[in-house]
Amino acid sequence: MDYNFTPEEEKYREEFEAWLLDWLPDDWDPDNQPSYHTNEEAKAAYKNFQKAVFDAGYATVHFPKEYGGKGKSVIEETIILQTIAKYCGTLRAVGTVTHAMATPTILAHGNEEQKTNLIPKILDGTHIWCQGFSEPDAGSDVANISTLAIREGDHYVVNGQKVWTSIGHLADYCMLVVRTDPDSKKHKGLSYLLVDMSLPGIDVRPMTQITGHAEFNEIFFDNAKIPANRLLGNEGEGWKMTITTLMFERVMGDVVMASNFEKTVNGLLAMAGQVKRAGKPVIEDPVIRQKLAQAYIEIQVLKYHGLRNFSGQVDRAGIPGPEGSIGKLLWSEPNQTLTETAIGIQGPAGTATEGPWSVSDGRWQYAFLRSKGNTIEAGTSEIQRNIIGERVLGLPKDSTRQKQS
Amino acid sequence: MEIKLNKAQIGMGKEARRFLRKDCPPEFVFEMYSDEKGYTDELWEKMIENDWMAMRVPEKYGGMGMDLLDINIVLEEMGRAVLPGPFFSTVMLAAEAIMEAGSEAQKAHFLAAIADGKLKGTLALSEQDSGGDIAYIQLEARKEGDGYVLNGAKIGVPDVHAVDIIVVAARTQPGDSPEAGITLFVIDAGAAGVSITPVPTMDGSRKLGVVEFDNAKVGKDAVLGEPDQGWNALRRVLRKAQIGLCAECVGGAQRAMEIATDYAKVRVQYDQPIGAFQAVKHRCAEMFVDVESSRSILYYASWAQDNADEKQAEIAASVAKSYCTEAYTRTAGSGIQVLGGTGFTTESEMHLFLKRAKANEFALGDPAFHREQVMRLLT
Repeated sequence: MDYNFTPEEEKYREEFEAWLLDWLPDDWDPDNQPSYHTNEEAKAAYKNFQKAVFDAGYATVHFPKEYGGKGKSVIEETIILQTIAKYCGTLRAVGTVTHAMATPTILAHGNEEQKTNLIPKILDGTHIWCQGFSEPDAGSDVANISTLAIREGDHYVVNGQKVWTSIGHLADYCMLVVRTDPDSKKHKGLSYLLVDMSLPGIDVRPMTQITGHAEFNEIFFDNAKIPANRLLGNEGEGWKMTITTLMFERVMGDVVMASNFEKTVNGLLAMAGQVKRAGKPVIEDPVIRQKLAQAYIEIQVLKYHGLRNFSGQVDRAGIPGPEGSIGKLLWSEPNQTLTETAIGIQGPAGTATEGPWSVSDGRWQYAFLRSKGNTIEAGTSEIQRNIIGERVLGLPKDSTRQKQS
Repeated sequence: MEIKLNKAQIGMGKEARRFLRKDCPPEFVFEMYSDEKGYTDELWEKMIENDWMAMRVPEKYGGMGMDLLDINIVLEEMGRAVLPGPFFSTVMLAAEAIMEAGSEAQKAHFLAAIADGKLKGTLALSEQDSGGDIAYIQLEARKEGDGYVLNGAKIGVPDVHAVDIIVVAARTQPGDSPEAGITLFVIDAGAAGVSITPVPTMDGSRKLGVVEFDNAKVGKDAVLGEPDQGWNALRRVLRKAQIGLCAECVGGAQRAMEIATDYAKVRVQYDQPIGAFQAVKHRCAEMFVDVESSRSILYYASWAQDNADEKQAEIAASVAKSYCTEAYTRTAGSGIQVLGGTGFTTESEMHLFLKRAKANEFALGDPAFHREQVMRLLT
């Protein structure tokens, strides 16, 4: 049992950290970066950052060299991502979907032409990707997709609508899940198209979240013609590709997520030392100390569960299954609790969103509202619990779903 | 970075599970609830044959010198079986205290006998006025000549009715903080001035008692380690014991989850197994999350005791203790709920887990104490 990285791995971390700290502006304060806003400014900052990381040889290092990676392992990549999380605020956030979803899927299932043409441009920041999955009638019931892609000669004609597409308004490309067999239902007959968002017939409309920002979008496809050479894998394999591709990215994501949350908890403790209650720093209040400690504890559990999962050894209660679903429950709900604790210790300033009479310009207010999306996005908590109950513990599906399958 | 058990550890766990399934079934545990002694010599002898009492004792004193992670694997299986008897008290409390603080002579004298299973011991720590705050120690040990005179009472002492020796944390210098003025003593359970009263408790698998000291005289050779400096050693003992309780919790919670899940697959109501209903299914899923996340923090906390710096080890122990005990309580409570009416009777073994969960929650510092510890260490 060993929780330490090896000396070589630590040396790699030092090397990357040295480059990164040198590259970042002199006045860059890692602990006081603004909350993440998906706008043109963030997009430009990301592309600039990603290009620099790529040119320095530190982009997606676990990918094969022939597509722009360095042929290293997920450990080195995790070290890079942890270091970025530590120092870079949200510089890389615009690229999260791209790196976590698009590139691994293309690497696993693309043909040579697709891999060679598409992957290097992601690694060097030229292209940003979004993921077109959810639809108005396909939310938790992900396979209920109805966006149709009908083959006509050397292209597919796509008609339909996607919703909740994060970064859609900034993206150059889209991983689009479509139904290529119009007579099929649910998981069968789905395919992946790699869609150039600049093509005609594609209309992106931002949607405003309760935070006041527009991070995600509706995308309307109206007879959009997508070249057939941008079909990933084969028709009808869409579902399989979705399920099989993402394991390493998800477990890496959990480890890096824990690094982010450790920073958040440190920020929470610092804030609690500043704001007052009855004239004294709130961090001296015994009841609040209990809540602060619990926030810290839950993030430590997330961290060490992530590392254990990452190290590939989660006990499966005797049944093989996707125990990665635990990870989401271990960060989404604690984050809701801790952000609620954060605004709860600010007194009447607890709803203030900016200005000198707010706390940190409403950083925690944004975090609290944003956290309400955590238990919904990337699989709701209810779906996660269904997955654990059915696929890990082997409990039966309820009778209505049994009839369907 | 490699976070997994090795073959030897996995094998040890399997062996322990096999043994306990046969020799410590739930019916036995419940029988021991109403048994005054609370364990059988027969089972104790078999455990000696397994070399279990020797696991942590250094090889120099006839033991196997295993590390914390190793013994936690066996403790997890013991927790799964809700093993009754003074094993934990002897090995994780008394023996650890002697290992941490004892002189060569004391170690040689006590540890060999413990490793052989011939000597049983426990730790007397909490007092009525301390509540869940184990750092509040006021029991007086007044210096008299070469020795000391103890006066006062210790409560919640596990297995004290069954042991030969008691390690006692007492105050030899006035004050409120434990860092200065606490001395550890190892005394004979049958010594003059020492009286033991059993306290009936919900968890009949781990008997608790009160030890009253009425001008109990002990010699200077009863002192473990340095006078007035006992807290240094004691805090290390407590961390390891707290984590040992976490191992019990993970084992018990896992078994509770298995029983509940198995039941949910076979109990049919409204023409389908009740596990098909999301309310029940989700409750079982939550149990799984609690079990696996507890296991993850348990492994780290165990490793940290021998591999991280003192402060990290302290934080890890308090993080684990508060989390794993509360997770066990939640899981056991959920287990009763899934089992419905049956879960609420002693026909089911589920209550054994709930009662042990509560006992572990309150022992060696309650969750509120440990959360406060975390804050003190962090800020």
